[in-house]
Amino acid sequence: MTDLPFRTTAAPASRLTDQLASVHPAWWFLSLLLLVMPLLAGDFVLVQIFGWSFILGMIALSLMFLGGYGGMVSLAQMTIAAIAGYMAAVFGTSSVGEISMGLPWWVAVPIALAIATLFGVIVGALAVRTAGIYTIMITLAISAAFFYFALQNYEIFNGQRGFNGIRAPVVFGVDWRDPVAFYYLTLGIATLSFLFVLYISRSPFGLALQGIRDNARRMSAIGYNVTAHRVAAYAVASLIAGLAGILLTWQNGQISPGTAGISAVIDILVIAVVGGLSHPIGPFLGALLYVLLRTFALDVFSMFGFESTRFNLLVGVSFLIVVLLSPDGLIGLWKRWRDRARRGAR
Amino acid sequence: MASIAERLSATGTANALELRGVTRLFGALAALSDVTLSVGPGERRAVLGSNGAGKTTLFNCITGDFLPTSGTIRFFGEDITVFPAQERIRRGLRRTYQISLLFTGLSVIDNVYLACRGVSRGRFSFLRPGSRDAIRASAEGLVEAVHLTGVRDRLVGELAYGQQRQLEIALALAGAPRFILFDEPAAGLSPTERSELVEILTALPRHIGFVIIEHDMDVALKVVESVTMMHNGRIFKEGAPAEIEADPEVQELYLGGGHG
Repeated sequence: MTDLPFRTTAAPASRLTDQLASVHPAWWFLSLLLLVMPLLAGDFVLVQIFGWSFILGMIALSLMFLGGYGGMVSLAQMTIAAIAGYMAAVFGTSSVGEISMGLPWWVAVPIALAIATLFGVIVGALAVRTAGIYTIMITLAISAAFFYFALQNYEIFNGQRGFNGIRAPVVFGVDWRDPVAFYYLTLGIATLSFLFVLYISRSPFGLALQGIRDNARRMSAIGYNVTAHRVAAYAVASLIAGLAGILLTWQNGQISPGTAGISAVIDILVIAVVGGLSHPIGPFLGALLYVLLRTFALDVFSMFGFESTRFNLLVGVSFLIVVLLSPDGLIGLWKRWRDRARRGAR
Repeated sequence: MASIAERLSATGTANALELRGVTRLFGALAALSDVTLSVGPGERRAVLGSNGAGKTTLFNCITGDFLPTSGTIRFFGEDITVFPAQERIRRGLRRTYQISLLFTGLSVIDNVYLACRGVSRGRFSFLRPGSRDAIRASAEGLVEAVHLTGVRDRLVGELAYGQQRQLEIALALAGAPRFILFDEPAAGLSPTERSELVEILTALPRHIGFVIIEHDMDVALKVVESVTMMHNGRIFKEGAPAEIEADPEVQELYLGGGHG
């Protein structure tokens, strides 16, 4: 019955051009805007607003990949990022000479990514046999354990001080620590991660992950090894989180247990949920909102004459409003606005 | 491990399904007690019995949704008793579920594509299928074969009930099935949809055998050549459809019990 005639689709030769033509103009505009941003914005905005948003967006993207496509809410993504950052400091160069090995970046970075991915796979192997709230609990427990371990371990993690004096390397004659260069570095890697997740969402691997989210039992009844697929998804997500963790360490010039503290771990979940879990752009929207609020809430609060130490109230209330208005975060809000605009245009 | 020659000869002569002393306990309750059953290759068999007779439990043990407490299950001569579900499916076993288990967040074509990909290579591929992808093509063919072309790109969660049942069958026909278990495929279908179902079942290639659980005698007895009656987790009668219908004990237990 499977060799019945079927409708053939467009010839493969024109696929790439077709795909490029089908990209919504808004994406081209956004790309152009981000590319010329260094002409419009100062160093502070480039690194502290956009650079930080791209980095947090990538960590939240790794959670969106696991949660949105795979139905696995992992609270270990910030911890995996921090492990990559720590390992980049341990194998690369920092001010803590007695621990850092001083290997060149092209050795230290791959080792750091490999260790972070391996750690993520172990977390995955422990977590994938649980579901729902138990996945959240086990990954939160792992994150909490790592935080206290890093705090008390001086041989590798240098205790509560952690590492400082970590710098982005000079490659191809470019000092990637320079604000404009660092902006483009984070923009480039975040864009690649975004496109990678978008691309594999329609690949057999990505579709299978969504199938597992919808119905894991049926997936094994049509031939898939659900456990292996879930663990592989953790590996992919860990790689993205690990890349972001190294960028975060380069941006701050330091890493310490607080980088992966419980509140930081939960912030990633908040960013992903507020941004929206249905599309890879969501985590980046959530991260931008988070960074803007964290940076400017204090000023806005004192402007209205409130006690400035309570600025976190504004952060929390803003997130609450987004989540209350839309179950799919900022993506949901945008979709609703777009639908309304379309109806109005008719 | 058996030699290749041994396995080949086993494949040639063995039954499609061979269950010996299969028992499944849920706590103290025996959902299946000592079930011994053989179904030949290409044979089409109905399993009948009242609710709680153990029919679906039987399917769950055969497909590996859970393992039997004791007993052995052979599939074309190979002992699959403790195989994980996906290994059984990759060997040509298929099933449908009484309550549709579909991927509601994906489109119809993606559901069928996943089923076709699941029994072939490249399950972990990160590359999107091209327009000349053979698996893609067979998925398109299957969507057409179960009359779902009109809703090809719709999300499965938005489909009508009857369409979901048709998709449920499409997932079981993916790849090259050798033997299929149908769990109440006609449940909740309209009379028109039922006759379409009978058409699909009778149109299956002759070498594909199946076992069907079905309360609707009009559907079940039209498509099978043998019947197994179950009661309280045991098999108590096997025979041709006419024999079973005429059997007074069966009439008493099942046919007379208001099921018609």
